Formats: sequence, C-alpha cells, structure tokens
Amino acid sequence: MPAIKAENIFKKYKKVQALDGVSLEVGEGEIFGIIGPDGAGKTTLFRIMTTLILADEGTATVNGFDVVKEYRSIRECVGYMPGRFSLYQDLTVEENLNFFATVFRTTVEENYELIKDIYVQIEPFKTRRAGALSGGMKQKLALCCALIHKPIVLFLDEPTTGVDPVSRKEFWNMLKRLKKQGIAILVSTPYMDEASLCDRIALIQNGQFLKTDTPQNIVNEFGTELWSVRSSQMSKLLKDLRNHEAVDTCFAFGDTHHITFKSEPPSEQELNDYLHALGHKYVYVRPIEANVEDCFMRLSGKTLQS
Amino acid sequence: MSKRDPIIMPDDTVILAKDLTKMYGEFTAVDHISFDIKKGEIFGFLGANGAGKTTAMRMLCGLSKSTSGQAWVAGYDINHQSEQIKKRIGYMSQKFALYEDLQVWENIRLYAGIYGVPEREIGTKTDELLHRLGFESEKFTLVKSLPLGWKQKLSFSVAIFHDPSIVFLDEPTGGVDPATRRQFWELIYQAADRGITVFVTTHYMDEAEYCDRVCIMVDGRIDALDSPGNLKKTYGAKNMDEVFHQLARGARRKA
Amino acid sequence: MENQKLLKARENWTFFMAFVRKEFHHIFRDKTSILILLVMPILMLVLFGYALNTEVKNSKIAVYDPSRDEVTRAMVEKLLINNYFILHKVLNSASEAEKAFQSGEVSMVIVFSDHFYENLLHGGYAQIQLLADGSDPNTANIITSYATNILSGYQMELMKTGKIPYLIKPEIKLLYNPSMVAAYNFVPGVMGMILLLICAMMTSVSITREKERGTMEVLLVSPMKPLYVILSKAVPYFFLSLVNLATILLIAYFIMHVPIAGSLFWLIMISLVYIFVCLTLGLLISTMVETQMAALIISAMGLMMPVMLMSGMMFPIENMPVYIRWISDVIPARWYIEAIRKLMIMGLSFSAIIQELSVLVGMGIVLIVISLRKFKIRLE
Repeated sequence: MPAIKAENIFKKYKKVQALDGVSLEVGEGEIFGIIGPDGAGKTTLFRIMTTLILADEGTATVNGFDVVKEYRSIRECVGYMPGRFSLYQDLTVEENLNFFATVFRTTVEENYELIKDIYVQIEPFKTRRAGALSGGMKQKLALCCALIHKPIVLFLDEPTTGVDPVSRKEFWNMLKRLKKQGIAILVSTPYMDEASLCDRIALIQNGQFLKTDTPQNIVNEFGTELWSVRSSQMSKLLKDLRNHEAVDTCFAFGDTHHITFKSEPPSEQELNDYLHALGHKYVYVRPIEANVEDCFMRLSGKTLQS
Repeated sequence: MSKRDPIIMPDDTVILAKDLTKMYGEFTAVDHISFDIKKGEIFGFLGANGAGKTTAMRMLCGLSKSTSGQAWVAGYDINHQSEQIKKRIGYMSQKFALYEDLQVWENIRLYAGIYGVPEREIGTKTDELLHRLGFESEKFTLVKSLPLGWKQKLSFSVAIFHDPSIVFLDEPTGGVDPATRRQFWELIYQAADRGITVFVTTHYMDEAEYCDRVCIMVDGRIDALDSPGNLKKTYGAKNMDEVFHQLARGARRKA
Repeated sequence: MENQKLLKARENWTFFMAFVRKEFHHIFRDKTSILILLVMPILMLVLFGYALNTEVKNSKIAVYDPSRDEVTRAMVEKLLINNYFILHKVLNSASEAEKAFQSGEVSMVIVFSDHFYENLLHGGYAQIQLLADGSDPNTANIITSYATNILSGYQMELMKTGKIPYLIKPEIKLLYNPSMVAAYNFVPGVMGMILLLICAMMTSVSITREKERGTMEVLLVSPMKPLYVILSKAVPYFFLSLVNLATILLIAYFIMHVPIAGSLFWLIMISLVYIFVCLTLGLLISTMVETQMAALIISAMGLMMPVMLMSGMMFPIENMPVYIRWISDVIPARWYIEAIRKLMIMGLSFSAIIQELSVLVGMGIVLIVISLRKFKIRLE
C-alpha cells in the first residue's frame, strides 16, 4: 500500500482549472518531487492531500486513509510545511517547537533523535524570536516543527523558495537522511536543479502532469539531439540560430543556448561556418546531454513570442 | 563645476564605484566595494540574502546615501547629483512593479509621465511596446489579471520605456516557469543590444550565467568579480552554484 | 529662456497630473473606499439629520391630579397638544409614580398638589412637581425643560388675562439621580462598548490573524480539533473582559460615585451573558472574513458604530423612527445597557431585567449555532 496515493484529481477555482486529472503514488521512504512553476497547481494538490480542501473529482489516500472521510486520522500522522514558513513570528524557536509538539500530543524529548541533526544548527538561537531568524533558519525550524511528532508522511510545499543556495543544499541533505528513516516525502519546488535530488518526479504545468518518472528516465526519454552553442554575441546568436532552417527550438540557458533540430542535425562544422559567416566570434558548438529543464521546456512545448 | 555637470568617465564606463561603503551604526552592510561597468554590459550582483546587494544597489540609484567612498552613475555623483541620476536610470523590483488596479496602458502612461517622456511621444511608444511584447490585446486589461510572467515582462519594459542608459533590476525573477524566465532574459538581451546597461541583483545562481560579468558579495564585500566562464575556471567549478558555495563557506552572516 | 521655464513648468504639470489621475483610479476601483467616501457621508447625514436627534417626542407621561380643576386639566391638555407627550396613565396616588418608572412605562410623572386652582387664587400652597427618570439624565433634562416651558407659557397666558395672580415654577425632581450626574448615563454605555470591543473585535482579529499568517493551515493539519483552536482564542479575551468589568465597576463606584444600587449578582450574571454574546459575535465575524483588516473594519463599522449611535447610549431610543428602532432591537448592547441602567442606577433586581436577560440569552444561542455551522474544518 503506497504511503500517498491520488487518482484523477480535478479541482476548479472560479474559472481556472487548477488541477486537471492528476494521479500519483508515493511509497515509503521515497522522495517524490513535483516540479513546476508558480500557479501550476502544486499548492492546490498539497492542500487536497493534507485534507485542507476538497477535490471536485477523484480520490486520494494518505497512509491508507481517505482524505475526505478519514481526514482526522490523516491529520494525526502527517507533517506539513506550507509555503511561507508558517511559524509564530513572536514566539521563540523553543516555544514554537514545544507548541507544535504539544499540538501533536508529544514532547520534544520523545522524538528528538529525528530532528537532532537539523536542530543543532538552530539551537544556538533557541531563545530568539522566530521572526528575527534568517530565511534559512526559519526553514530549518519549520522543518523541525513538522517532524517533531515523527510523521509517517511529510508534505513540503515549496520549502526552499526564497532561501539562499547554501541552505537549500543543506535542506535537501536533511531530506535524504529522513528518507532513510522510512518517511515518505512529497515535496514541490520550482527549481529544476532540485529535481535530480528526488527519487521520482512529476513535471506539472497548468494543472496537468506532463510526465512522471525518475529524473534519469525522463532525461533518457528526451528523444532528440541537444546541442549547446555559444558565441561572443549571445543575443544575436539567439536570432541567428532560430533563423537556421534545421533548428527546431532554441532556448537561452545562461551562458549557452540549447538547440534542437527538426530532423537530422547538420554537422558541427556546418553550423560553425554558418555562424562565422554571420560575424560571430569564439563560436563553440557541441552536443550535450539533456537535463530536467530541457525536458520540461520540450514537454511544455512553449513557443516564444519574440 | 556646476552641480549639474557630469564628470567624464573613462572609455565606455557607465558606473564607477570606489570603496563604496554603507554602515548602519556599527554594522557594515557594504564594505568598500569597487567596480566599473561598461555600456551595454549585463552585470550581475550575486550573493545570499543579507550580503549587501540591495543596499549597494540603492546607493547607486540615489535612494540611499553612502557612508564613505564614491560612485558615479552615468557620469553623476551618487551623493551629490542623485536627482540627475534618477532621470537617466530605470528601476524594477520584484516586490513592486505595477499598479494592479490600473490597466496595462494606464501603467505605461503613468511611468512614462514619471520619467518625463514627452506627452506627444507616449501614445506611439506605448503602441510600439505593446506590439513588441505581443500584448496588444491586453491594452485595457487590469494588471492584476495578467499572469505573473507577463507582469514581469511588462514591468521591465516600463522600466526602460524612457530609454535610460542604465536599468537596475532588483531580484526581478522568481517563481516563474522556465520558459517565461527565458523570455524575460531575452528582453534583457535585447535591451543590452540597444546599448542599455543592465545591472541585476539576484540570489539565483543560474541567472548569473546570463550575465557578461558577475560580482559575488559575501558579508558586504566583493569576493569575486569576473565573467561566469572565468570564475568557473578559477574555482574549478561546474557551474556558478558551486563557485558560490566555495566562496560562501566562509560567510559569517548566515543566521 | 522664457521658453525653457515654460517648458519645465509644463513638464512638472504633466508629472503632477499623471499622479492625480492615478489616485482617482485607485479610489474608484476599490469598492471599500467608494463605500466610505460616498455612501457613508449620506448615511451619516440621514442618521444624524433625521433619524437620530436629541429632540424628544412622544414621551409617555403619567399624571397625578387630585384637584381635577379647570386649570390643571387645561395644563395637561396643553402638554399633550404638541405630541411631545402622550398621556399613558392617570395615577391614583403619588406613590404609584415610582412603580410607573420602574416598569419603564413612562419617562415623566406630573404631580399636581390638591385644590390647585383654589390655592393658586388665594396664594396658598399650589405646586407642580415634574418627576423624571434620572438614570438617563440627558432625556430627563430635555423632557423636563419642554414641560417647564409649556407649563410656564400657559401660565403666562392665564396671568395676562387675569385668571391667575402669579406663576408657579414646576419643581423638577429626578429620581435615581438627583444631582444629575452625567456619569450615570455613560457608564453603562461605556461598559457595553468596551466589552464589545474586547470580545468581538479582538477575538475576530486574532482568529483572522492566524488565517492570514498561514499558521491556521498547519494547525488544521494536526490532531487538534479546530474548535479547540478557536476556543483557545476566546478564553484570554474572556478573562480580560472580566478584569475590565471589575475595573470599570470599581472606578465607577468609588471614584465617580455611580451607585450600584441593585443586585450585584445579577449585574455580573448579565455581564457574563453579554460577554458570551460578544465572543460569539467575534467568532461569527472571523468565519466570514479572511484578513485582519476586514475583521477590524466589520467590527468597527458593523458593531461599534451602531452601538454608539443606536443603542440608546447617546440618543434616546424612543425618538428613533420605527425602522431604526428595529435595528436597535437587534443590537445586543442596547439590551445590556438598558439592564445595567436598571440594575446599577435604578436599583432594581432580577424581575426588572427578565426581558433583557432572555433577549441576550436568546441572541447568544442563535449566534453560537450559526457560528458553529459556519465554522469550517477545512480551508474553504
């Protein structure tokens, strides 16, 4: 029996179809990531799974309990971190932790082992008011509060948004340790690079799952050649590549552009020459492996409006 | 030299900073930073939250006075000629961009007026802008009904409506889907092509890759300043994230 | 040079107008501000100019007239002519006056002495006494001045035609508040207001603050019954209002010398009922709004204002047009303030406040049922 299961969830808000037939399954000790931008439906899905709102259609269970009929049982055994670090800003670190422990009918001592690794980082500040902590610290405290009652399932809705990169990395390391304890984790994030840290991921856009699989499989299924191209004039390069007859899509990826082809790619030399002829210097062309973001771009099939 | 005259800056430099410092009481927010930025450059200011990026940017925009050190923007001294600076720059922040209860064209006209674009030009330039963004059908839509990505693009376009020489972007992207983020950066590229210098602060390391040069701030100091490519070589890193990690390990301002 | 200055001026003007235009947009596109700027002034004008006023009309009076001679009868008729007063009861003895007040039937009692006209003609002892309910000194003042004016006016006429030799000034006596201390009037009012403020406003703000912050979400996804979360919010305010109640009573009694003439026990009892009603009002408001601002505004506009204007605290209820009186009847504070007045100043006991008590208890029950129904175990 999967720890988390959702089947064909539909949810509409006013005119917007927030969730459009979404299904997933998460097993014990699995980190399942929902990757997608703001407004794609991630938070809505979380709220349905944590029994906070009702779906229009579809069923879902957490730990075998139905989210509609047996919501009380679910609320006793899950940990939930909604976005925005829902902590009591005017209570101290200690007070927040004690409060949430009590709410879940336990004490800090009982499950201290579980949160120890995380808590020692914020322990020096335990008498500081939560509102005075930095983003990374708040996030760690929020995680402790969500874990203090040893939940079987953890729901983390965009836990790393707005947090500096160093803390983000530490956070994911903590998740990996928790996973070893058998806790099932459903986490959402807009960061594509965090996708590769999950066991399985679902790419979500406009309320639909574009694909659900392990990060590696998704990348393997990219299905076409991907080249990275660089030159001295990146902006002009974008236009010129898009104008090339063989090029299908061309997206900016920081210091290079990634291009795909309509059918057979030309040779690297051909492309080099083409670009040199147009005045580009320091041209650098090479085929590369796709990453999750490339897959997302391809699957979401966005056409640009330049 | 009259209060209104700019200094002549070397080559194509548009921003020049020398030992720029900002202190709040005992606390040093910005610690003697120096750099120069050339015309048409896309210059990234990276760092964790609290590293001092926003403070530095506010000084350059003339929004806050420096404690010591000097800087010139578009030839004007930030401490004594800030009014001149404000006329020649554009500014966009993530937190506040546009008035949600005004329509798209109303926002454009408002900012055009604020930046002193002559009345007779506003109409044509507005239509041009809407055409370039593909927003013509949304001319009369209230901004609050636009998706986040569109708001950002509109925000940026409004910030450069008056053809400033420099545009300052304070953490301009966040939470948008990869495609929209790209479209946004393509707008930035186009602006840079037109000769507008883009000064952008961010804590998203992947955005650093879009910049011509970046500087990384840690605890108020500039710990690295170079092109992303060179930085990766220097630190033997695969991407900017790793570069940042190596620098940030020594950071004290974490809690 | 001139041209440049002109150009600059024009520029500045354009700047300025751009902002002005934007400000108008903000105002007109926001429903709340339109409500406040356009609807409220009209409302206030109607209320103050028309519905609420300190003019007192149609006050019910009782008369004790042992003489029943032509002058006294004429005087009573004169009082009744202009509809300021309505004769509610004719008393058979002066002692019935107190009962008439206690039952709330009349606002003023007129007592004529025996053999009035005779005594007046022969220079003997002729007296008119105006008794009014001093627990509401405002109204009492107004009514007695009207009566005095009317009576003196009539007497002047008689004197001119030679029918009576001299004037008699009516003696004014305020029951329950002989020295006409204004505090008697506003202490009950303040009690009603403060308890409403603490219980309704603060409770609703506290609950919505939790919602706004997002911590409510986390609490809901926990074993805690949502109801406990809400009740825990009400408890501190309950105790604080008790403290406030005690403080107000102490200050009123010892410093302002407002009497607690009636049963202290029932005073506290009805206060507890009222506090309960206010807490449930707060709860109800919190189920209807999502933000603290909205809770504040509804509490202020929807609760405090009506209480101030229509509970009888400032303006006498008797004079309000019927439709406003209906609103007044629905305001819990009105019943509470009435009961407090009776208990504290008139010194009455349980039997006099049965109506107020039952109304408040009824309101409490209705409100708690509605609030519990509306209370959600989920976010929507």
